[in-house]
Amino acid sequence: MISILGLTKRYGTNTVLDAIDLEIAAGERVAVIGPSGTGKSTLLHCLNYLDRPDSGVIRIGDLTVDAATARPADILALRRRTAFVFQNYALFANKTARENITEALITVQRKPRDEADLRADAILREIGLSDKAEAYPAALSGGQQQRIGIGRAMALDASLMLFDEPTSSLDPQWVGEVLDLMRRVAERRQTMVIVTHEMQFAREIADRVIFMDGGRIVEQGPPAQLFDAPRDKRTESFLRRVR
Amino acid sequence: MRALDLNYMLGLVPVILGYVPLTIGMALAAMAGALVLASLMAVERVVRVPVLDLFVKLFISFFRGTPLLVQLFLFYYGLPQILPVLAGINGVTAAIIGLTLHFSAYMAESIRAAILGVDRSQWEAAKSVGMTQTQSMRRIILPQAARVAAPTLANYFIDMIKSTSLAFTLGVTEMMGATQKEAAGSFLYFEAFLVVAVLYWVIVEMLSLLQKRLELRLNKALAR
Ligand SMILES: Nc1ncnc2c1ncn2[C@@H]1O[C@H](COP(=O)(O)OP(=O)(O)OP(=O)(O)O)[C@@H](O)[C@H]1O
Ligand SMILES: [Mg+2]
Repeated sequence: MISILGLTKRYGTNTVLDAIDLEIAAGERVAVIGPSGTGKSTLLHCLNYLDRPDSGVIRIGDLTVDAATARPADILALRRRTAFVFQNYALFANKTARENITEALITVQRKPRDEADLRADAILREIGLSDKAEAYPAALSGGQQQRIGIGRAMALDASLMLFDEPTSSLDPQWVGEVLDLMRRVAERRQTMVIVTHEMQFAREIADRVIFMDGGRIVEQGPPAQLFDAPRDKRTESFLRRVR
Repeated sequence: MRALDLNYMLGLVPVILGYVPLTIGMALAAMAGALVLASLMAVERVVRVPVLDLFVKLFISFFRGTPLLVQLFLFYYGLPQILPVLAGINGVTAAIIGLTLHFSAYMAESIRAAILGVDRSQWEAAKSVGMTQTQSMRRIILPQAARVAAPTLANYFIDMIKSTSLAFTLGVTEMMGATQKEAAGSFLYFEAFLVVAVLYWVIVEMLSLLQKRLELRLNKALAR
């Protein structure tokens, strides 16, 4: 169970996240949609403390991190329970595909190298990139890089996986393979929050869709309800625009 | 104009070549020291440790702002007068330390620029998987910065080789010192200094070639 209470983030006088409250059940798959600049990425960044919220509490299982009191050790603990998939992949450029997956297992989780390698090879098989184990990111296609990015996140066994528009930087021809992989991750009832512009995909895999606007959650509900019978005018006009 | 004494020049080559190991050795030692010191200072300049930052800035400014020869004299002839522990220091050690300090100041700036040039997303990715700042720096950022800084650092090494010739002013008999002595005996200054100039040139050209090869290999491995 994950709960978020009063999560607030400001840049100067611009309140980008306005006291967000959100509960996510274990195994729940949440999609976040909304216009550009409404704080979707900031929400994910704050959940991982890549951006430090100005206030608010994040609770993951027995771990509670309050922005008012969070020390570096709390932040590390939070990051070790969350995994992040970036829009621009952000693979470690100086590491091979396999090393991208083993890096955190070895340096953060202190697993022995051979154990980490075994895990990485299993994941590489799962994401269909066994033959690219020794390749550096620069030698991989966008789709392959993002699949490694997802593999790196999978390896962490995080309580919560965060996806920030994982297909938005991809050439259209690679979108399908990345969505397929995410579908497989979702099928395992991995708890995940996905910021996406792929409405069809959100409808298909999400248990709940959240519509954000102006740093707030405007409306949320099961995909069928939110997409087919939105209650708020802002949701309605946003959906009309993206269709 | 008189003719060049070619026989003398040819005879001098093996004599001076005998001092190449000392020259290269000093440059290698100073390079190793400078790399470590420069990396530490570069990291400090990026993360900015209060107070220490001021010292590092001052250090870099001083060693970039004054001539290497002056620094060597200050270090070898001057410092021992006020710091008696340094009294017994030999010329080779003093030259290595001087070169280390001088070049570390320049190299720190290159490495710092390279660190700042690493894409922000690399920091974010490292943080997101739970790495500490130190782990991120050591395992992700510095290796990438090193690759960017490598050509510049290699150039500093070449510069360093040439700069070891200043050690002769501290009484060290390296390539330049040996040539100076030979010339003083034969009075064939032109021949002697021409030989040593060509030998430095050859060494530098060989290193440039090696540098190009290494860069090619690095680029192949991590091509962007
Ligand atoms: N580092 C920053 N400094 C100042 N303002 C920022 C910073 N990062 C984000 N913002 C602002 O915060 C707001 C929300 O940005 P965010 O990236 O979270 O939006 P988003 O919903 O993810 O948009 P998009 O769909 O375009 O990715 C924007 O107005 C943006 O300008
Ligand atoms: Mg965004």
